[in-house]
Amino acid sequence: MCIYLEYPKTYNLDFASFSKGESVNIVLILSTFLSRLFDFPGWDIFSQILMYAIYIFIFISLFYGQRLQFRLWLKEIEGSLYKLKYIRDEGRRIAIEAIKEVGKPQTDPTPRVDRFLEYFTITPQSLDPAGIVWKLEHILDVRDVRFKDEVRLLAPSADETQVNNLENTLEAAMALNYIYKVIRHYFLLGKKTLSLYIIMQIQMILPLVMREAEAYASALKAFAYGQPIGDGVGALVAAKLMHGYPARKVPKDCVVATVPIEGRTAYVIKAEGPGGNVGKPGDAIKTIIEENEGKIATIIMIDAALKLEGEEVGEVAEGVGAAIGGPGVDQFKIEETILKYRIPINAVIIKEDIGDAVSPMRKEVFEAADKAIERIKQLILEKTKEGDKVIICGVGNTIGIGQ
Amino acid sequence: MSQTSSEPSPAAKVSSFVLLAIFVMLVVAIMALVLSYGAYASGNYDVAAALLIIGFIGVAACSYVLFQTRQRLIRLRIEMPPITTTIECRKCGFKTVRGFQRGDYIFKEVDVCQKCNEKMLITAIYREVREKGRKPFPF
Repeated sequence: MCIYLEYPKTYNLDFASFSKGESVNIVLILSTFLSRLFDFPGWDIFSQILMYAIYIFIFISLFYGQRLQFRLWLKEIEGSLYKLKYIRDEGRRIAIEAIKEVGKPQTDPTPRVDRFLEYFTITPQSLDPAGIVWKLEHILDVRDVRFKDEVRLLAPSADETQVNNLENTLEAAMALNYIYKVIRHYFLLGKKTLSLYIIMQIQMILPLVMREAEAYASALKAFAYGQPIGDGVGALVAAKLMHGYPARKVPKDCVVATVPIEGRTAYVIKAEGPGGNVGKPGDAIKTIIEENEGKIATIIMIDAALKLEGEEVGEVAEGVGAAIGGPGVDQFKIEETILKYRIPINAVIIKEDIGDAVSPMRKEVFEAADKAIERIKQLILEKTKEGDKVIICGVGNTIGIGQ
Repeated sequence: MSQTSSEPSPAAKVSSFVLLAIFVMLVVAIMALVLSYGAYASGNYDVAAALLIIGFIGVAACSYVLFQTRQRLIRLRIEMPPITTTIECRKCGFKTVRGFQRGDYIFKEVDVCQKCNEKMLITAIYREVREKGRKPFPF
């Protein structure tokens, strides 16, 4: 292909000259320029070496391409594994330091912490799913009691709030330990069996796993210092509503305050703070409904929810249903109770990503609490009439949030 | 899990073997550059050019490996953004902002107000995230 240009001026280059009005073959000029560009001593040998290198590369790619890809993936996973190991070790170090600082133990807590990090929970058998929720609840209760006892032994000087915070810190360290071990397991298994498919699967999910691990890493310090986390925005909304009104304890680990809002009586529920605690909102809601013999006009639940990529952090959305995460026990209990009394349930969610949910609360999320309160008031005005009773439940970890 | 809590994680260290290899490679690359100058001065242009290429590639490779090692260490760090605590007087609205201190929590009563001598309250604890160089998304 030839491209001709007519030049308006006269040019004189050291490898070509052309004058005004002359038609010039651009391709010819470019090739001449390139040949002059590489026309230096030793270029012949170098170009020959380069040519052979390209042949060798093509040959290797043809026959060993997959093996090479396998090695590259292994290297990538190994790099992430180093980071996971570092994060895991940091988590363990922060947990031990927090225990030493807060709990003032007589002996070195390190061996006990190491044992704690290896704890596991066996979920109930689901072959016959009838009644599994109560079995799961029992197992989770046993786990909770066991963890708290262990933390009290590790940190004898810690008060109840500090015990809760230390338990959360250790749970985050435990999650990091587990993530590291699972990735290491599949990495070594893939390496041992030379299975491309095992390695490929880890390589594919690795960015998500790393995101989660980094989120837990930032959660560790938040838990150790008792800072409010993004997940606690539901509890923050409830705390803002109930602040200044007397609160009483309700089962389990929750508080309730009776607050007049827009001429209605609102029972505002949240987990008891400021220690790291999610409570059992299912039990609390059931208690309040039964205390009022089912005469509740509506229930409004507020919780943090995972945002989709592209959505703004701190966006507030409304819907229906029980807005509560976790293993599902509390959601089941709430649904059972509202079905019994036919109580409508509304949900207000505040959107954030997994990293924001477990790390110290972002300003955008904090500010979203006020927007959520406005939505709640609007909902109450629209869905209930004066003199009605409503339940407002702020769900989430109440670490760093009082009432 | 056997190391004590004061020991830094092995993942956070740079291998002395890697550092030694980079150093040896850098020395060889610099030697190639010096020799290339000698060859050029003696009129042996082919050898000079070959040594020059080897020298440059060596120096570039060493710089890249050193840069990557440093980047790896930077990536390993767990960055903690500063946490801000806002303290407010509910009576006169006087507000102070300071860094988070252990034991702070939202709705905790703290120091006495400088203006009206009332107890002040922690009303906010949050972190500010500055998005670095993020272009607005068209969708």
